[in-house]
Amino acid sequence: MTDHLLEVKELKKYFPITAGVMKRTVGHVKAVDGVSFFVDPGETLGIVGESGCGKSTTGRMIMRVLDSTAGSIYFDGENITRLHGRKLRRIRTKFQMVFQDPYASLNPKMTIREVISEPLVVNKMLSGRQVVDRVATLLETVGLRPDDMMRYPHEFSGGQRQRIGIARALTLNPKLVVADEAVSALDVSIQSQILNLMVDLKHQFNLSYIFISHNLAVVRHISDRVGVMYLGHMVEISPKTDLYDNPLHPYTQALLSAALEPKRKGQRQRMILRGDVPSPANPPAGCPFHTRCPQAIEQCRTQRPVLQQVRPAHFVACHLY
Amino acid sequence: MSEPLLSIRDLKTYFISKDTEVHAVDGIDIDVLKGQIVCIVGESGSGKSMTSLSIMRLVPKPRGKIISGEIVLDGINLLELSENQMTEVRGNEISMIFQEPMTALNPVLTIGDQITEVLLRHRKMNRKDALARAIEMLKFVGVPRADQIVREYPHQLSGGLRQRVMIAMAMVCEPKLLIADEPTTALDVTIQAQVLDLMRKMRSDFGTAIILITHDLGVVADMADHVVVMYAGQVVESANADDLFEEPKHPYTKALLQSIPSIEKDLDVLYSIPGTVPDAAAFPVGCRFAERCPVAQESCSQRMPTLREISTNHFVRCDLL
Repeated sequence: MTDHLLEVKELKKYFPITAGVMKRTVGHVKAVDGVSFFVDPGETLGIVGESGCGKSTTGRMIMRVLDSTAGSIYFDGENITRLHGRKLRRIRTKFQMVFQDPYASLNPKMTIREVISEPLVVNKMLSGRQVVDRVATLLETVGLRPDDMMRYPHEFSGGQRQRIGIARALTLNPKLVVADEAVSALDVSIQSQILNLMVDLKHQFNLSYIFISHNLAVVRHISDRVGVMYLGHMVEISPKTDLYDNPLHPYTQALLSAALEPKRKGQRQRMILRGDVPSPANPPAGCPFHTRCPQAIEQCRTQRPVLQQVRPAHFVACHLY
Repeated sequence: MSEPLLSIRDLKTYFISKDTEVHAVDGIDIDVLKGQIVCIVGESGSGKSMTSLSIMRLVPKPRGKIISGEIVLDGINLLELSENQMTEVRGNEISMIFQEPMTALNPVLTIGDQITEVLLRHRKMNRKDALARAIEMLKFVGVPRADQIVREYPHQLSGGLRQRVMIAMAMVCEPKLLIADEPTTALDVTIQAQVLDLMRKMRSDFGTAIILITHDLGVVADMADHVVVMYAGQVVESANADDLFEEPKHPYTKALLQSIPSIEKDLDVLYSIPGTVPDAAAFPVGCRFAERCPVAQESCSQRMPTLREISTNHFVRCDLL
């Protein structure tokens, strides 16, 4: 057995499309279609991709809030794919989630103390005075004041709410935190505060992150390795510097070429992809990207490329390699 | 130097209620030349969107009110026009596109109806000619199957296509000025690249000046001829885009640029601006950035700095320069 903290093998999620009064299944949206990767202890894996690529669905399956259609999820060596009931609740304390929208993810009727201590109460881990102490410590850890615990979410700004969301995720001392677009709703100056906080916390508590985002620059900053998803598939995964400096998959190349750096470059030649992402309800045969790929060859139309290692630790699913 | 197409002087837009007075836009000056792309950049609450709504005279009533200043388009002060006269200007001489095309388009009207409405209103065309013109315009903005799409509804289109439809609608009367408020914020990066390219084409083919409002300095670097940086309802820096990115002067602009992670290189630490934007209902008397500014002096919080020209066409609101 490996020492990976998390390992995901051939994970799939198909959502049924139903029609008629009998809700007959007429097809499937293949949101995630066979994704494999791992995360090591203390490591941050970034997952990037555009809307509909399956990155959030992948995160939610790992969190076990969404059941997978096929494939397996190993956490700390244990197969958690089909765990349920008490066993699931016990293992769940080890992985937590931070959400995108700090306004929608905090219950407006709960005080901050209730929000942060709920996981402790649910899991009956501490009581009374201990809970209050723990909440106070957590608030200080994320850069808020212990007195803030009696206030309500609406009294805080977006950045402060995201700090509260992070404190809640840390309550049970998790090993893995899945952050889904955790800084996307924040202004630039606040975004950098939260990113720096997340990096500090990672070192302080030896956390692993799965950092899901559409923002390529943010992902480069926070990740150790980065995976690129397109239409339910992992098309490339590699240590970050190699991925950003030598992208291999034509989709990764296009994505990086379309991303805008706050720097004047004169008229540079950008690679502009034509058209939209195909529907995951009716994905193209062969390589999912071949309909928009400028370098597609005949084989791409018929045969699905598999993820293979072409440079040290750098995997790509493309027939060109 | 040629006369500016649009000239804003000392514009103040306040939101007034019984016990508060929110200074959303607090005395700004902006010039836009013919065919120029001016980017207004700032974080939430900086007043950038309210500036654009003020130009269109669409500030939400009854609380929002333009208190003073002038907005001169081609020699005419828009603030002195009657409501009827202003209706002739909107969609005809100035058009606007918004962040979320799904909410900006009318869901119960076909695409064709929505584009022809502008032509019927402003160009007194008959329905048949207007429809032909609408199809021509849709083809021009790169909408595929334009003759069928005029009969379809907004929900049948993808986000990128909807934004193209919005642009077609805004450009169909060939306005002198196009205001785009976060036009690509809701779009994926590969689609963003397509839409930005289209806006550049509008400028070069129709000579339309563009005010592009965004929080994304990457978009600014890619698009702008001239950049206006707003903070807390004021312009803090205004400069030619090359100068601004080459040599940002205001501490806020500098800090903002340093707070953004890069896709091109790995950074050890990200600069982060401490604190949050001051409350628009209670701005401090002195410099509004002083309490977050890394180089602030005692005097900064006592006296409001004026916007000064420190080199040709480079204006900065900071007394320390």
